[in-house]
Amino acid sequence: MSEGPLKKTPLNDVHRALKAKMVDFGGWDMPVQYSGIIDEHQAVRTAVGLFDVSHMGEIEVKGPQALDLVNYVSTNNAAKLKLGQAHYSGLLYEHGGFVDDILVHKVADDHYFICVNASNQDKDYDHIAAHAGNFDATVENAGPRYAQLAVQGPKGLATLQKLTTTDLASIKYYHFTDGAVSGTPARIARTGYTGEDGFEIYIAPEESPRIWNELLDAGQEFGIKPAGLGARNTLRLEAKMALYGHEIDASINPYEADLGWIVKLDKPGDFVGRKALEEVQKNGIKRKLVGFEMVGRGIGRDGYEVQLNGVNAGWVTSGGPAPTVGKNIGLCYLPVEQAVPGVAIQVMVRNQPVDAITVATPFYKRSK
Amino acid sequence: MYPDQYKYTKEHEWVAPDGTVGITDHAQKELGDIVYVDLPKPGAAVETGKSFGSVESVKAVSDIYSPVDGEIAEVNEALTTAPEKLNEDPHGAAWLVKIKLSNASQLDGLMSKADYEAYIGGL
Repeated sequence: MSEGPLKKTPLNDVHRALKAKMVDFGGWDMPVQYSGIIDEHQAVRTAVGLFDVSHMGEIEVKGPQALDLVNYVSTNNAAKLKLGQAHYSGLLYEHGGFVDDILVHKVADDHYFICVNASNQDKDYDHIAAHAGNFDATVENAGPRYAQLAVQGPKGLATLQKLTTTDLASIKYYHFTDGAVSGTPARIARTGYTGEDGFEIYIAPEESPRIWNELLDAGQEFGIKPAGLGARNTLRLEAKMALYGHEIDASINPYEADLGWIVKLDKPGDFVGRKALEEVQKNGIKRKLVGFEMVGRGIGRDGYEVQLNGVNAGWVTSGGPAPTVGKNIGLCYLPVEQAVPGVAIQVMVRNQPVDAITVATPFYKRSK
Repeated sequence: MYPDQYKYTKEHEWVAPDGTVGITDHAQKELGDIVYVDLPKPGAAVETGKSFGSVESVKAVSDIYSPVDGEIAEVNEALTTAPEKLNEDPHGAAWLVKIKLSNASQLDGLMSKADYEAYIGGL
């Protein structure tokens, strides 16, 4: 993977002072847990959790043809975005596999702000920049200019509202506004990776330790907890949100990943991967992502083999105990005919087949 | 914290003079929330350094290696339904198995409390 010393977010000292357990996450020294994964998970589902996600990358695309470039390198139709709106999209190779999954924010007609995965940011930047030559647009790898904090959970709005004059309730889901949080300029987006309501804020790195502490103070009355990558993973898995390197990678196309909804073949113009995806649409997919629950004793985990009647049929992309669902769950690739709810499968747990059954997803959906 | 009468392994198991085996407090802290325990059946033969079961946390799977040769005499069935007890009382109520030792002198080759504390202090 990466070489040299681990990269640190501007909050590294804060995590260590909180006695977080730190891990190497794609070359970043990141907190995996503070009080405990289950405790942090429940705090986000029932109250509010605070995540440092400053390792995520940001790419700025600006210029008269910013939209054309964004639409050429991504699968969703960015022309549909209104000012202050964001959407989930895919960055693909010509062969239709994922470079990354991304969030595209429309800041202005000539300015798009893209949030990308931490360990992919240089690859993503290179990919977009390589296609930029044909467009009147500039591409900036802007990760170092931003810290990102996620305030997630039913009390996320009330927590963040104490630090900003922006009326947060007026920001719709997958929308954002540029305002201020405790006196520092902030891009405030109603997005997240937990399946809960909440906000992700982009601020200057040097301000992030102060804002982090002020958010913890503001959320104290609601029971806020700092939350690490461990809880982030259990939360996103219950909500069936994809994780690059698990559900998606260069060998997987959006239709296989059950993400056909982010591909807009009807949008005007060519885009990277279009030909391959049209071919896939014509011929159909052979494998597809589907959820499962363990029936027998055992936990299906990332990379475990999946069998149908004793024959190798696929693999687990993500799996583990689901604190809110109260079951051992997972996602796996199966032949498309079997990638539907209600199919009996076996997950090979330490070389022993353990019964499981495919189920409808998401595993968890919040009540509105 | 670490009982004097126990012996300890580099894989973070403890074994009592009567052959009771568990994981150390250091191990449960490193694992985090423990959600699943897989243990052998009574009567199963175990061998020093070979895995006889596993303990799983939310994030990770950890093998349990037998600190001694012998035969499983008893299994702590309570852990099947309440694996979280391993986070609460790893040196006491949440023991894993009792092993009938083939050779009690094997215990002499394991770490003392002081050795183990020095070992984890250096990790």
